Amino acid sequence: MAIAIRKFDAVIVGAGGAGMRAALQLAEAGFRVAVLSKVFPTRSHTVAAQGGIGAALGNMGEDSWLWHMYDTIKGSDYLGDQDAIEFLCRMAPQAVIELEHFGMPFDRNDNGTVYQRPFGGHSQNFGERPVQRSCCAADRTGHAMLHTLYQRNVRANTHFFVEWMALDLVRAADGQVLGVTALEMETGEVYLLHARATLFATGGAGRIFAASTNAFINTGDGLGMAARAGIPLEDMEFWQFHPTGVAGAGVLITEGVRGEGGYLLNKNGERFMERYAPTMKDLASRDVVSRAMATEIKEGRGCGPEADHVLLKLDHLGVEVVEKRLPGIREIAKKFANVDPVKEPIPVVPTVHYQMGGIPTNYHGEVVAPRAGDLEAVVPGFYAAGECACASVHGANRLGTNSLTDLLVFGRASGEHMVQFLRENPGHRELPADAAEYTRARLDRLENQRDGENVYQVAADMRRTMQAHCGVFRFPDLLATGVTRIREISERAARTEIKDHSKVFNTARVEALELDNLIEVARATMDSAEAREESRGAHDREDFPKRDDVNWLKHTLWFKDGDRLEYKPVHLKPLTAATFEPKVRTY
Amino acid sequence: MRDLDRIRWHCRRGLLELDLVLARFLEQRLGELSEAERHAFERLLQCSDNDLWDIVTGRLEPPAGEEGAEAARIVALLRGI
Repeated sequence: MAIAIRKFDAVIVGAGGAGMRAALQLAEAGFRVAVLSKVFPTRSHTVAAQGGIGAALGNMGEDSWLWHMYDTIKGSDYLGDQDAIEFLCRMAPQAVIELEHFGMPFDRNDNGTVYQRPFGGHSQNFGERPVQRSCCAADRTGHAMLHTLYQRNVRANTHFFVEWMALDLVRAADGQVLGVTALEMETGEVYLLHARATLFATGGAGRIFAASTNAFINTGDGLGMAARAGIPLEDMEFWQFHPTGVAGAGVLITEGVRGEGGYLLNKNGERFMERYAPTMKDLASRDVVSRAMATEIKEGRGCGPEADHVLLKLDHLGVEVVEKRLPGIREIAKKFANVDPVKEPIPVVPTVHYQMGGIPTNYHGEVVAPRAGDLEAVVPGFYAAGECACASVHGANRLGTNSLTDLLVFGRASGEHMVQFLRENPGHRELPADAAEYTRARLDRLENQRDGENVYQVAADMRRTMQAHCGVFRFPDLLATGVTRIREISERAARTEIKDHSKVFNTARVEALELDNLIEVARATMDSAEAREESRGAHDREDFPKRDDVNWLKHTLWFKDGDRLEYKPVHLKPLTAATFEPKVRTY
Repeated sequence: MRDLDRIRWHCRRGLLELDLVLARFLEQRLGELSEAERHAFERLLQCSDNDLWDIVTGRLEPPAGEEGAEAARIVALLRGI
């Protein structure tokens, strides 16, 4: 199979906030940039971000990047790299102002400055009092950002390849990255996009869990491609959960429901939060509520035929309160749980929301991996930004609003560093003769598989296993059996079969290829979680309830090859500020 | 039919709420649509995610130019699903 080759200065995989911000930097510097996206750019998952962009502009009262930095490090449960976090917080105001100049329709104060909204975990003067730091465009910040960046990229002549799926990373014998192979869905043709610099901005892989707030496109394509090409995945045990997603659907039910007096019940009709948090009950913090729900389900007090969820009761609030104070909740419950919440309770489970780990990078967005004794050797020509990357600014737990800050700051920084790399490394390196061989073999295997596994069945088994064995609260017995089970499922994923062999818009083929990526992330997550014997941030273990800075103040690196784990130190030294020493985290 | 495969892929969205509603619509209704209704559905899929969700939940009416009976039927089906 001859594969057509197309040459670009830079190839970017993913057209969400991070990918488009990086593309803009490159296109405006005059380079030929290709951006690949499975869906139209403004339909990327960034569109779901409502909260805003955290940046210490100080428009609502005194603020400083150093306070933002403190909040981010504390939020990360001290696993975040302090150099990258200083960079994030110092660059955030400039990144927001640039976006404002691009035409982003931010909410405004009466004096014309960008309005900033309060958000949990953001404080003045190192935790003294809350500060308003989140820059937003109503509840459509992500949507506005995507449209702004897309328009600007069209103006700068960025080449968009819409409905293209990247398949594999192309590397030279010495490890330098030379582009990707990719599938054009409309024709079913495979191309090699030969690039001098390549950026992954493919988003998270929240679809590895049965209960996920993530859109269907979030299949961790960049993580799968990186893992198959020998790049490790960092800190994959850390996933942020929200306590109340609709069971079986994932759609979020806002915390406001419990704020207005709604409460949780187990199968015996018991208001179980009274046992776990006698004072705060259902208003205890997210992790406390999620852990209590997981315990009830694990101990057999879950509801429904599978005993796999609990119930959120709000019928006692009355129609008026529900309609007036909780707009949209009744529609969501009817549509996705098939219950009218003014009459019946809503089935809910802790639901995965955000991936803190990812492809290891430094604060320039360069991908780093162990080589010849250097734990963080740069992989030349390869960059990652946004949720698929791990810089690591979120550490063990992400602070609200920092996801958009992350993709803006590191999208821009990656683009800027790629510009410099392209200037210093002119000309395309020659491709290895077998550059597309790996992809070809993978596609041939899928085409020719007979008596194979059903893609949907394997994917469903993977999601159920991840949810039951590696959920929000982790038990040693379940993790141990989870490692074995996910490995068995992974072997089945290697034998998937598709019945439809047509070329044009073959969604069955695309979904089989997406499963190849998801399964790598699932394995990385299960192995990393089973090995980390402490509780830190979002990684919460029943058998090791405390953070252990003596043994575990370090990043996990998972390698596909042999499911091997290595560790590397946390960067405790910021760029210019003094180190924030690990402390007990209380709010 | 390749047209239907294309429509299927265009139902992949940035918002989970839409993925779920559109997946149900594909499963339950796509087969029964007339050609004109299918075209109206394809045009509705061109809306941005937030607008489409508002249309599905009844907070927004279909865009200008989509006042025909076909679009009205698609919107009614999406709202009821």
